[in-house]
Amino acid sequence: MLSRVADNLYWMSRYLERAEHTARLIDVNLYHLLDQKSEYAAQRWKRLYESLRIPFPDRGMDDAYNVTQALTFDATNASSIVSCITAARDNARQVREQISTEMWEQLNRQYLQMKKTNMEDMWFSEPHEFLANLKEGVQLFQGIADATMSHNEGWHFIRVGRFIERAWATAALLDVHFRGFTQRQEEITDSVQTDHLDYLEWVGLLRSCSAFEAYCKVYTANIQPTRIAEFLLLNAEFPRSIRFSATMIQNALQSIARETNARSTSRVERLAGRVRAALDYEQIEDIIGDIHAYLENIQQQCMRIHDAIYQTYIFYPIGAALTLEGAAQS
Amino acid sequence: MLLSNTPGSFTLPPPFSGYSLDGAYDEMFHADSKPRQPYQKLYHRLLEMPLDILQQRQQAADMAFLNQGITFTVYGNDEGTERIWPYDLLPRIITSEEWETIEKGLAQRITALDLFLNDIYHEEHILADGVIPRALVYSCRHLRRQMRGWRVPHDRYITIVGTDLVRLPDGQFAVLEDNLRVPSGVSYMLTNREVMKRVLPSLIDSYGVKPIGHYGQALLSALTSLAPIGRADITTVLLTPGVYNSAYYEHTFLARQMGIELVEGRDLIVHNNIVYMRTTGGLRRVDVIYRRIDDDYVDPLAFHPQSTLGVPGLFNAYRAGNVTLANAIGTGVADDKAIYAYVPAIIRYYLQEDPILPNVETYLLTDQPQQRYVLENLDTLVVKAVGESGGYGMLIGPYSTVSQREEFRRRIRSNPRNYIAQPTLALSHAPCFVKGQIEPRHVDLRPFILYGDRITIVPGGLTRVALKRGSLIVNSSQGGGSKDTWVLDM
Repeated sequence: MLSRVADNLYWMSRYLERAEHTARLIDVNLYHLLDQKSEYAAQRWKRLYESLRIPFPDRGMDDAYNVTQALTFDATNASSIVSCITAARDNARQVREQISTEMWEQLNRQYLQMKKTNMEDMWFSEPHEFLANLKEGVQLFQGIADATMSHNEGWHFIRVGRFIERAWATAALLDVHFRGFTQRQEEITDSVQTDHLDYLEWVGLLRSCSAFEAYCKVYTANIQPTRIAEFLLLNAEFPRSIRFSATMIQNALQSIARETNARSTSRVERLAGRVRAALDYEQIEDIIGDIHAYLENIQQQCMRIHDAIYQTYIFYPIGAALTLEGAAQS
Repeated sequence: MLLSNTPGSFTLPPPFSGYSLDGAYDEMFHADSKPRQPYQKLYHRLLEMPLDILQQRQQAADMAFLNQGITFTVYGNDEGTERIWPYDLLPRIITSEEWETIEKGLAQRITALDLFLNDIYHEEHILADGVIPRALVYSCRHLRRQMRGWRVPHDRYITIVGTDLVRLPDGQFAVLEDNLRVPSGVSYMLTNREVMKRVLPSLIDSYGVKPIGHYGQALLSALTSLAPIGRADITTVLLTPGVYNSAYYEHTFLARQMGIELVEGRDLIVHNNIVYMRTTGGLRRVDVIYRRIDDDYVDPLAFHPQSTLGVPGLFNAYRAGNVTLANAIGTGVADDKAIYAYVPAIIRYYLQEDPILPNVETYLLTDQPQQRYVLENLDTLVVKAVGESGGYGMLIGPYSTVSQREEFRRRIRSNPRNYIAQPTLALSHAPCFVKGQIEPRHVDLRPFILYGDRITIVPGGLTRVALKRGSLIVNSSQGGGSKDTWVLDM
């Protein structure tokens, strides 16, 4: 497969995952706003920006309308949903012949839908429905990809992109939510009921990962921060947990290494294996004390894996590749 | 052959009430407004079919194009550069006898033009024998000196051709243009058929229509047949200028149809005169390149030094015989519009045969008497720049203003070699579904010819439509559309 094609597939997938994540965060925050006093709102939006790793604008971001506008339809904001969908489509368009027609049609339809809707229409009809459609559209795309594209190298690059983005974004989201927690930890023991507001915050975190129901199945509706951290970081079965993502990243990278079987892939495999193994054997009690450092490290590992993928498969130095080619030919 | 616009004296039943006949050939109706035999079934279906059903089918077709992202890019247009190419629902029908003539005529023409290119880049017999003036060939903008005296793989210069045909008032097909560089449009031919099969399945079924779906396979086998000799396990790629090129959709379409990699210049590197592509599994050698990039841009070291689309060193690898480019470099000399006037002579010279498909009458402006005639009659003629395509650089006399004619008069005088003139042709018209009724629109026909180890022409081609009433310009870049083209089984 062409290196450029791998690059396009990888980023197509990352941008879609990002669009879905952003849509879910906005949706959850709009929903939770209904249960809250307005003085918390500004703070909440600020935290949303932080968890998306975008600088919070100095002015004009005090109401839900403006924030939603900026994060959804503002094409000048590179992190907005419309920008992500456009970027995903641009990447797909460059590899139009590599993905199935069904995949392209779904993505193109979603893009046209997005372009056709404007903020007022969306806001005054039903933002929740719009955002839910958006998430569904991305999930439908993933389903179509699984069902119509050969599960070959390109498909694995799509998976790597999705799960690196997911692990990275989930780590950032957890980090923002647990920032205050570590300082207050002494006051809050697991047996003490958190107050009403905190309860909403933690449920909000779970919902931001579509994890509320899945969490309850494991721990019942007993909402405890440490258990939430355990679930979103270390659960092996839940598809949005960091451990699950790390497993998928490693699987996909192993498949890619097998299919390309040309060069040394040890660095990228070692990095992916290390993250995954660490998460496999981790205990939440050992990390909750300095969870910030832990999550920071996860994000750095994701970036390192990303760099290693590019070094190995995409922007590798030509001199070395020619030597190998020569060796193979003689 | 001048355009006449006297309305027919017949009134047809709805949905044809807006239909009028004039001096041009009508694809559907005889001059007495009776439908021609091959169109009778379609005619009766349209009389029976309620207009809103037709409207629904048209919308379904438009949606299919939009959702599939079948678009082309308009240059110099700010509001969104992607547009769908208007598709007209009604098929254009060609009988098998008509097709037989077209097929023979095209094969003859392509064979002769390929021999001509070979001759021009080697012995120049045709110039020595005085059939074509030397000065005319040497002043072609697309003549490539770098190709002199070097034998291209398998001696094949033109592999992919899209020839523009028009139907004259007497019903005969004539060649309007040879496109021997990087002709486009074949993806629309194929997609139009797919859409037709989806929206009007019973109609196409009731006619026996020759299939065209094997084009991709035929193209791939033509390309691989030209691989450098002695290479096993041939790797063929399609080289595109990238996503911003107006025909990008087509490039992706063809790569997919053939199952080959679609590469950009930045995906290829040349080392020791061997071309490689950069893959996730390392560098892989490339043998045949179907290039959709103009000569000027393929290699910044050999041609346009500012080009970032091409591959540095590609031309040397080509000259070393390590890679095949299709079409070959320098084929544009044979589709220069002034050389066009000599194609009948070229056919007679190389094949000792009379041309099967006639040319359109063409005035060469380097010839004084012809130039004088053209300058005096600019308001009835079409003037074209010799090296241009896509409907750019043209003057259409009957539709021009005084100042436009002045401008062309000045241009012709200062550079007569750069222009030719032709009579304004009354292109044939075909029924089109426009704004809720059926009206005649001018059409042409671009069949696609493949020449690898032998000539293959898939039956049909792209029928382009001038969607503005009375307009003669069918180019996609200038408001044209297209329709499915049926060659009947018998």
